[in-house]
Amino acid sequence: MSAVVDDSREAVIQVRGLVNQFGEQVVHSGLDIDVYRGEVLGIVGGSGTGKSVLLRAIVGLIRPKAGSIRVLGVDVLAAPETERRALERRWGVLFQDGALFSSLTVLQNVVAPMREHLDISPAMQRALGELKVSMVGLPPLACGKFPSELSGGMRKRAGLARALSLDPEIVFLDEPTAGLDPIGAAAYDDLIRQLQQSLGLTVFMVTHDLDSLNAICDRIAVLADKKVLVTGTMADMLKVDHPWVHEYFHGPRARAALSAA
Amino acid sequence: MTEPAVSIDQLPEGVVVRLAGSFVMSALGAVDRAFVRVPQGQGVVIDLSAVDALDTGGAWLLTTLIARLEGEGVSVALHGATDAQQALIDTVAKSLPEPDGMAEPERGLRAWLEKFGRSTSETFHGIAELLGFLGLVIARLANSILHPGRFRLTSLVHHMQEVGFNAVPIVALMAFLIGVVLAFQGSVQLRQFGAEVFVVDLIAISVLRELGILLTAIIVAGRSGSAFTAAIGSMKLREEIDAMRTLGLDPIEVLVLPRVLALFLMLPILGLIANASGLFGGALMSWIELGVSPGMFVTRLYETTDIWHLAVGFIKAPFFAVVIGVIGCYEGMRVEGSAESVGRLTTTSVVLSIFSVIVIDAIFSIFFAELGV
Repeated sequence: MSAVVDDSREAVIQVRGLVNQFGEQVVHSGLDIDVYRGEVLGIVGGSGTGKSVLLRAIVGLIRPKAGSIRVLGVDVLAAPETERRALERRWGVLFQDGALFSSLTVLQNVVAPMREHLDISPAMQRALGELKVSMVGLPPLACGKFPSELSGGMRKRAGLARALSLDPEIVFLDEPTAGLDPIGAAAYDDLIRQLQQSLGLTVFMVTHDLDSLNAICDRIAVLADKKVLVTGTMADMLKVDHPWVHEYFHGPRARAALSAA
Repeated sequence: MTEPAVSIDQLPEGVVVRLAGSFVMSALGAVDRAFVRVPQGQGVVIDLSAVDALDTGGAWLLTTLIARLEGEGVSVALHGATDAQQALIDTVAKSLPEPDGMAEPERGLRAWLEKFGRSTSETFHGIAELLGFLGLVIARLANSILHPGRFRLTSLVHHMQEVGFNAVPIVALMAFLIGVVLAFQGSVQLRQFGAEVFVVDLIAISVLRELGILLTAIIVAGRSGSAFTAAIGSMKLREEIDAMRTLGLDPIEVLVLPRVLALFLMLPILGLIANASGLFGGALMSWIELGVSPGMFVTRLYETTDIWHLAVGFIKAPFFAVVIGVIGCYEGMRVEGSAESVGRLTTTSVVLSIFSVIVIDAIFSIFFAELGV
């Protein structure tokens, strides 16, 4: 099991001493985590341990009470507006249900960030948008559809296409396989892995899916007791004797997922 | 990030295209123009060894260039790509969408006529459906009169507070100002004939017969009709309505009836408040502007204003209430798919209910004129 912090690799996300609090309820107190370039990090934890809160704090949707967050060398909390804008172009976020703009078609959704940030011709935007849609495995026909006309799995793929629109270096995924059938979830895992390798992405993934953790995560970080309890590979996780971690990785579902792999 | 550069060398054994710099999306415009100049020859070699950054945008441009050249019968070779770059180019090439995947929308007279016909037929369908919905509400109302135990009293009281009690200040203020304006405008005209005292008739008849109830209905349509559509619409979006159906709860009975009934009960009361406040505003302004004392105003009101003027106003109130309530709830039930549709249908709901209120008012005017009341 590796320590929570390792200085030998390039950390694209560095969180130190993070404190998140809503009213009286403390979600994180003194949380440290590093995400290294080119890895797929899976975040697990029980309900209410603040997995999504951590993701939201890193991408700047929630302002933490204390602590520092550095992403790609930029201090997210202290950076001036222009620097933050530039940083936002270098990451993509996939929200739980895709969070596609419901009044735009899939193609318009994917092209929206390009239109905002890049100075390229509409025809090229369209061609690149169609490429992204096809890269996430959606048929060309899906381009003209509205999010409400898509199934849950297709919405997630479209959401991923939008997150990848600007060729980000880091992708944040919030429960990417939740609500998908096992075949769809496995295909989605493959897609993430394949895109991660060919585009050289760093993936920060909040998940509950033991199959995903096992199949595509290089490292796993466990959130418990208001901080990151341990990080390490699946093999490391199996040796941890914290009661929650033990239950999680040795429960019946975990055994099934591990033996299937 | 370095600027992308494209240099083209015509060598005897073929054309060598040397790429250097960053081939990323933000620099694509310049690169695309340079690629147009790549000449045809028997063989083209693309050298990537000086490329320091490549993203899907750059890879897309390269693969489309290669596809174009190969389409023209030129053999293309790629040199000097790193493993990662090669993997990216392969991924992009593999997922290059088929051309003509999407049909272009039709344009011209034919398409316009088709759209016009479609929207006309949709309008008639909409009216039929709205009437169907009204019938459904009436049927459910009859049902809950037969089975009073099923009726949601708490919900009714809640909506009565929302649409009635909470609307009192705005309705009263609006009617007061209308009374003031009528008295002021009337006095200017009537003074020319020395008929100042007729301002009382003017105010009483216009407020009691028309304006009090009509303007109240318009405010309520804007205030409560839109709230009905938005509330029911967002419940529909979050599948709450479907959940109700599966639990054996009837959405008409649970959501629509209490709202429509609340409006039915509260709109006449709001109309009464509007009448009183309109007369008060008129009396105040008459006193200030024309010296018609409050005592004289009341005496004149008693002498000349027939009770039918009040009745004509109040007969219309329940009709307005049902129209506003039913349209508000019906448009809410029509919400589908996206958040944008909630906004669109809320607008429709307000416009349609105000329009219908005015149409009904006009029909009543003709009706009462024929009856001679």
